[in-house]
Amino acid sequence: MSGVLIVAEQRRGELRAHSLELITAAQELRRAGETVSVAVLAQAPAAFVPALSLSGVDEIIGIQVAAEEFDPDAFEGAVAALIAARKPDVVLIPHSVDSFGYAAALAAKQGYGFASDVFDARRIDGALVATRGGYGQKVSVEVDFPGRSTVLLALRGNAFKPPEQPAAPTVTAFEAPPTASRWKARQFIELAAGDDVDMTGAEFILTVGRGIGEEANVAKFRELADAVGATLGCSRPIADAGWLPKSRQVGQSGKTASACKLYVAMGVSGAIQHLAGMKHVGTIVAVNTDANASIFSVAKYGIVGDIFEIADELRRLF
Amino acid sequence: MKILVAVKQVAALDEDFEFTPDGRDVDPDFLIRDLNEWDDFALEEAVKIKEASSTPVEVVALSVGPDGADEILRKCLAKGADRAVRVWDDAVAGSDPIAIARIIAAAVRREAPGLVFAGVQSSDQSYASTGIATAAFLDWPHAAVVSQLTYAPGAATAVFRRELEGGLLHEVEIPCPAVFTIQLGINTPRYASLRSIKQAAAKPIELMSPAELGLDSAQIGEAGSASRVRRMYVPEKGRAQLIEGNAAAQAARLAAIIREFKGEGA
Repeated sequence: MSGVLIVAEQRRGELRAHSLELITAAQELRRAGETVSVAVLAQAPAAFVPALSLSGVDEIIGIQVAAEEFDPDAFEGAVAALIAARKPDVVLIPHSVDSFGYAAALAAKQGYGFASDVFDARRIDGALVATRGGYGQKVSVEVDFPGRSTVLLALRGNAFKPPEQPAAPTVTAFEAPPTASRWKARQFIELAAGDDVDMTGAEFILTVGRGIGEEANVAKFRELADAVGATLGCSRPIADAGWLPKSRQVGQSGKTASACKLYVAMGVSGAIQHLAGMKHVGTIVAVNTDANASIFSVAKYGIVGDIFEIADELRRLF
Repeated sequence: MKILVAVKQVAALDEDFEFTPDGRDVDPDFLIRDLNEWDDFALEEAVKIKEASSTPVEVVALSVGPDGADEILRKCLAKGADRAVRVWDDAVAGSDPIAIARIIAAAVRREAPGLVFAGVQSSDQSYASTGIATAAFLDWPHAAVVSQLTYAPGAATAVFRRELEGGLLHEVEIPCPAVFTIQLGINTPRYASLRSIKQAAAKPIELMSPAELGLDSAQIGEAGSASRVRRMYVPEKGRAQLIEGNAAAQAARLAAIIREFKGEGA
């Protein structure tokens, strides 16, 4: 039982960037003399070797699978077989929509230690300790895995920086026993744009969240956004309710505010999925009545107050 | 045909709270409890299938939790569940999602539904694991983060769309029985009417213990879990610099930040 195994993710021919962050997390967990291996499952795994040839990776393990895209049965079968053959004591995977689909099943069936949405992992007095959030991310929770020889950890995105230095890891192939897949994949569907707004390219975004209360209040903030010259965005509940089109939703399942320099969040509590789309922005101003709202943990400036009052006062100044 | 919806009573922290003496959890006196938001959508999806069906469909809400969880089960009954089942024994305390999934799977074997729904994740501990681990114990096909589902009661297959990062959808056909974890926004959960709340209050909640479901103490609680909480603590506060003053002063400062960004000067 030794070494760290990473299981990378790819989608439609591209390695998912989240996978590379795990290489950095693995360095903290690797004991002296141990190796870090990265497995990639694909019809043609060799295609991903260049993207994975990074410092910190000792070995790239290609696993050829029949399914072109993510399939939980294929993942579960191949990863279980690889773990049985290599006996790593820590296995790292991204905490992602794909891993939601197989990680817990794999851990449950194989009896691994398991924790998901982990943002810190280290050895304390020899024991593996993972840290994750609890009670809506208001507290941090340290978990350990007594008696488990293999521990599977799904790591949160953007918790570790990916390595940049190139390297030349060993490349090997692992033949996984074929698994009967129960999924019959049909197609990918790009969400139709609700309007032609470019959230990804916007430099100044004003988003509204649940705090706006009701649909009739959307107009007020749309007008405010226009007046101050911001692109109007929203958090998930607003798009789900149909108050604003999905194309304006910022977050994990919506848009990433990639080009944004100033982000004003009004009535947004700051669910982890929303933060994933905007916490990198240089200047974030959060306005919320709840002084304990998570949004204040990523904001540069915070206003604890009523968004309607602030909106009225702000409107008067433009 | 029967649909079982696994629901959780989640807990949010009160403004001020204290940890338990062992430092491994929050003192329950400081927790505000409710039905997990994702589970509300999962229940609605089941009720929608029931209402659209020409053949009888029974919706069973199931929760693993102490007495207090009756409150969310009544909510489910008021929103259209036909029956409510609660599984508990003090030995369940300390269970992680894997141990909870083992209990749910045992209850599913007894109920023999054609579909199992769970929320994608819970709003309090956010493991996003219970539903899919349940499928593993049942050896049923499964899919996570389902944002659209097409299923006719009794059909051999269902077609779902799972919501990937960045808003991309992946459409897949899957044989049934199956387990789905349901994403926010798949439907619009209804509000319970006053009348249905009253009716729900009179309905029984079936209580079962893990032992009655054939589970022994090594399979539940900390012993049956894949992880153990070691310590809980309040993380360092975020770095937001608070803008003080009345609304006018706060807005003026925000206006200055906006003007500075636009290069107009303060």
